[in-house]
Amino acid sequence: MPDTRLTDEQESLRSTVADFAREVVAPVAGRHDEDQTFPYEVVEGMAKMGLFGLPFPEEYGGMGGDFFALCLAIEELARADSSVAITLEAGCCLGAMPIYRFGTEAQKQEWLHRLCSGEALGAFGLTEPDAGSDAGGTRTTAVLDGGEWVINGSKSFITNSGTDITKLVTATAVTATRDDGQKEISSIIVPVGTPGFSAGPPYSKVGWHASDTHPLTFADVRVPEANLLGTRGRGYANFLSILDEGRIAISALAVGLAQACVDESITYARARTQFGRPIGANQAIAFKIAEMETRTHVARTAYYDAASRMAAGRPFKKEAAIAKLFSSEAAVTNAREATQIHGGYGFMNEFPVARHWRDSKILEIGEGTSEVQKLLIARQLGL
Amino acid sequence: MNIVVTVKQVPDTWAEKKLDASDRTTDRKSVDNVMNEMDEYGVEEALRIKEAHGGEVTVVTMGPQKAVETIRKALSMGADKAVHLTDDALHGSDALQTSKALAKVIATLSPDLVITATEASDARGGVMGALLAERLGLPQLTLARKVTVDPAAGTVQIERQADNGYALVEASLPAVVGVVEKINEPRYPSFKGIMAAKKKPLTTLGVGEAGLDASEVGLASAGSKVDDAEPRPPRQSGTIVKDEGDGGAKIAEFLATQKLI
Ligand SMILES: Cc1cc2nc3c(=O)[nH]c(=O)nc-3n(C[C@H](O)[C@H](O)[C@H](O)COP(=O)(O)OP(=O)(O)OC[C@H]3O[C@@H](n4cnc5c(N)ncnc54)[C@H](O)[C@@H]3O)c2cc1C
Repeated sequence: MPDTRLTDEQESLRSTVADFAREVVAPVAGRHDEDQTFPYEVVEGMAKMGLFGLPFPEEYGGMGGDFFALCLAIEELARADSSVAITLEAGCCLGAMPIYRFGTEAQKQEWLHRLCSGEALGAFGLTEPDAGSDAGGTRTTAVLDGGEWVINGSKSFITNSGTDITKLVTATAVTATRDDGQKEISSIIVPVGTPGFSAGPPYSKVGWHASDTHPLTFADVRVPEANLLGTRGRGYANFLSILDEGRIAISALAVGLAQACVDESITYARARTQFGRPIGANQAIAFKIAEMETRTHVARTAYYDAASRMAAGRPFKKEAAIAKLFSSEAAVTNAREATQIHGGYGFMNEFPVARHWRDSKILEIGEGTSEVQKLLIARQLGL
Repeated sequence: MNIVVTVKQVPDTWAEKKLDASDRTTDRKSVDNVMNEMDEYGVEEALRIKEAHGGEVTVVTMGPQKAVETIRKALSMGADKAVHLTDDALHGSDALQTSKALAKVIATLSPDLVITATEASDARGGVMGALLAERLGLPQLTLARKVTVDPAAGTVQIERQADNGYALVEASLPAVVGVVEKINEPRYPSFKGIMAAKKKPLTTLGVGEAGLDASEVGLASAGSKVDDAEPRPPRQSGTIVKDEGDGGAKIAEFLATQKLI
């Protein structure tokens, strides 16, 4: 049933993506999970619908929608497959958004059309082996030499960084030491194919098997000085503001997964008979599902709230962190409970809940751990 | 090419379908309503013909106010404009009356080509294409799995789906073509399409505006009448045959009692 908080257009988009997720994404999700392959054919279908350009204006090849529209699409995709949803989330929020927010007109013209059409993907290189939650601990360096940045260092766990259609990575790097001894961090666009830049073999991950994740190495990588993205020295701050928005999208993804666990559990609790009646007739199971539905509903309300604040140009930092914290934990709990409701079958990879269970845990870690969300919320409270 | 494509809003294909207890018409209130799935193939085919030859695609539907959702979907896929025939007096119309009303509307659009689905998933009458062709006085090509139009020659040729292959059938334009699901893969609307749909021309007609008399349509004067209806009997629990060496014989016995072999 349509949600009354959505406009007609938002509801049309939501139901269109829901159809696509059910008809195109879900049937191949199990296979890509098992084979750990990137679903190029699914991504192509998403590109045709314009999903990669959803929150960007038409002048850059976008769809002229907003961030809320993107979140609705991500939620519906995640009901079928988290890997596909994170591919869209990272493509839009981490790949294209920094260029749209901080790029020069020339940089926008050069990159956004391809990123919005989905023919190319961009990646976001912030995390390093020694700089995770403390992303300011960047060790990668970039030095100006003869009108070019010379970049050295490495990045860890970078989404969408090694697909056949990945065309660029924006990386944070230390570009100087300030007078007060603090690092000056800037972000720089590195096109794929630049000598010295390479993506290592994909990680062997617990979940998100169909999402593309690699370590990256920069060895004397030279790019033009004009590839600096945004103001010099603002790289870290800019990337953090990108993550503020991204959290709402991750929250939408978590809600999709949490909802999928509810849907699968209802179907299974009705169909599975033990002791002569459906397991759902036991209050122990029915209450579990009631709690799962409650968590999902509250989590969705939280991300709708954060997304509406953002769309209205109001402060949303705290609400985004709250939505991310609550919904990722709701997703993990729902996935665990859904697996429990499925019994031994829930531990078998052929049941989607097993995949949801493996896919859920990262939601409490990526784009800021739950602990980091609490730090952000506490800081907003003046603590 | 001026192409008209008919669409219908139906109860969700997967929903349990019911009749309204008061007048035994389709209950549309208790279920989600969607575009008849096969109509998506008709809309897609119309769009492809337009993309190849230029022209305009007009969506025509008859149905309650809510059916505008289905029109929106067709417009967001890329159709150019729509006519929505809606009136309380139309409620309960049977296929004959519906075809009369739709033909009246379609005739005013002077189409080169009318595309229909082979059937709608609610009543599954499968007669609308034929009824429309008859009323419009146009040739009809049914069960098309491929459509090729030649606007210069003024012809349309189809591959007509048959049991063991297909037949090539040709007609002069204008014509009515009924399509099957094999014909194409309907596109998903893009967000741009969804936003554009709102601004596309939509004409809403009541019975009078369409040039119809209220006495010609609706439940009271329908040519067919539903006297009674029984819900589908609940599914029986299956019989499990344990194979103790004679499993094959037992299954054959079971099939024979069901008169299946
Ligand atoms: C599949 C995947 C995809 C990813 N994609 C990207 C990407 O595209 N781009 C990118 O830049 N990064 C990406 N990441 C990295 C991700 O954002 C980091 O893993 C995450 O920020 C945590 O950093 P860390 O792994 O170094 O953990 P650490 O920071 O080492 O944290 C370890 C633990 O200590 C806790 N902790 C740390 N500091 C504090 C503190 N001050 N107070 C309390 N607790 C604390 C953490 O909450 C956590 O529980 C990805 C990661 C994964 C697994």
